[in-house]
Amino acid sequence: MRAVAAFNRAVRLVPPHIIYAAGFLHIAWLFWQGQTGGLGPEPINALERALGETGLKFIIAGLAVTPLLRLARVNLMRFRRALGLTAFLYISVHLLVWLVLDIGLWSEIWADIVKRPYITVGMAGFILLVPLAVTSTDGAMRRMGVAAWRRLHRLVYLAAVLGAVHFVMIGKTWALEPLVYLGAILTLLALRAGRLVSRGRGNAGDSRIRTDSFPG
Amino acid sequence: MAYRWKNDLSPGDVTPETVWVNRRRIMAGAVAGAGLGLAGLPGRGVAATGDALEPNSYEDITSYNNFYEFGTDKGDPVKYAGALTTEPWSVEIDGMVERPGRYDFADIMAQMTVEERIYRLRCVEAWSMVVPWQGFELADLLNWVGVRPEAKYVAFETLYRPEEMRAQRRGGGIDWPYREGLRLDEAMHPLTIMATGLYGKPMPNQNGAPIRLVVPWKYGFKSIKSVVKITLTDSEPETTWNMLQPSEYGFYANVNPNVDHPRWSQARERVVGGGLFASKQPTLMFNGYEDDVAALYEGMDLERFY
Repeated sequence: MRAVAAFNRAVRLVPPHIIYAAGFLHIAWLFWQGQTGGLGPEPINALERALGETGLKFIIAGLAVTPLLRLARVNLMRFRRALGLTAFLYISVHLLVWLVLDIGLWSEIWADIVKRPYITVGMAGFILLVPLAVTSTDGAMRRMGVAAWRRLHRLVYLAAVLGAVHFVMIGKTWALEPLVYLGAILTLLALRAGRLVSRGRGNAGDSRIRTDSFPG
Repeated sequence: MAYRWKNDLSPGDVTPETVWVNRRRIMAGAVAGAGLGLAGLPGRGVAATGDALEPNSYEDITSYNNFYEFGTDKGDPVKYAGALTTEPWSVEIDGMVERPGRYDFADIMAQMTVEERIYRLRCVEAWSMVVPWQGFELADLLNWVGVRPEAKYVAFETLYRPEEMRAQRRGGGIDWPYREGLRLDEAMHPLTIMATGLYGKPMPNQNGAPIRLVVPWKYGFKSIKSVVKITLTDSEPETTWNMLQPSEYGFYANVNPNVDHPRWSQARERVVGGGLFASKQPTLMFNGYEDDVAALYEGMDLERFY
């Protein structure tokens, strides 16, 4: 417990903005790598994949914040907005690379979104993230009211699942890696579902820490 | 009979040491070759853009591969195929043949005439390359062992050796060994070769050493690698991708820009090696070999037999 308290204290000294900076730098570095051969002979696909996977990692990190606090008392709550918005940044650039560098033809883009289930699913996940990014500010939370804001931001659960399913569907066979992402997301969601069930039964034994003002 | 199909380039145009140092010489060779008796063969040696067919670099061809026996990532084969031993190697030829048997790779090579074939390679995943293969016509091999008249199809199998092919140890949903097949007339077509090298070098492991099929008008997955078994049969053989996902991968798998794969359009392709800002090229019917092979499929509904 001492170690956790020390960690929580230390982490308070880290400004959350570092996460945005790291994201921007990493994305710039990926483009540079793509242009200079570091991503192999077919950089567009490699870039799409790197951006998408990193986006999913940030989503998972964001979803892990509440369980970490609840189960291990590790408090990373002040980084959660930066984690979520950085995930949105990666996924937006992932989408842009697909739109502009990969397909580049509007007729084909629309046909792909409608006709290809894995693209439909990925696109749906992205669209769900847009209102969350837009309402990510303190001002938006105040204007909406905490309860409504929390309800809206539960969309991230569905977006996360759609993102991972999108990744699983891209594979021509059952590859292990996408299933690991999906498994991680489902586990993080199951931790919440378990809590909702126990709360529903009236034994609110988990009230040690108030996280209710957040969409856990 | 070797040399039934003529390249735009003579083998002398691809001398490995200089060529992949200086690709432009191949370009020059292709342009020169275009004038030599190739009238009446439009499309051949001419990429979708109308430029001369320029082979990808040795580096591209040997580092961006689909060879699921070594992993699903394009970079896995170059990393892990080194574990494969290709000596000794033999190919079992059985089924409806006059002289079935296990043929040593060296004995086959002693009988065959190896020539250069610079072919487009179009993957079902909508990317493409140009590869300067060395190999011999499959027809020569089949004629050597003697095809019995009742044979209608040719089935192929890749090596199954989990101790050297790491993804075979994990399964990955594929029922190993990898299997492919052709109709007999496709197998006997002069464009169909068994390739044993590229860029004048022995076939690299990640590209299907020591001997693999190359059928340039079909999606790449038909061109089965590291072949150990060839069976002549009278019924359509099972093929790996078709067994996995019949709605996505048909038996024929002819390159066809008008018939989409359920997951992506086949109208265009990304030419590997173009960098971040290269746009896709239109895909050619039968991968640009329409004049050579369209007759094989006359009267067939290519939407149905995809």
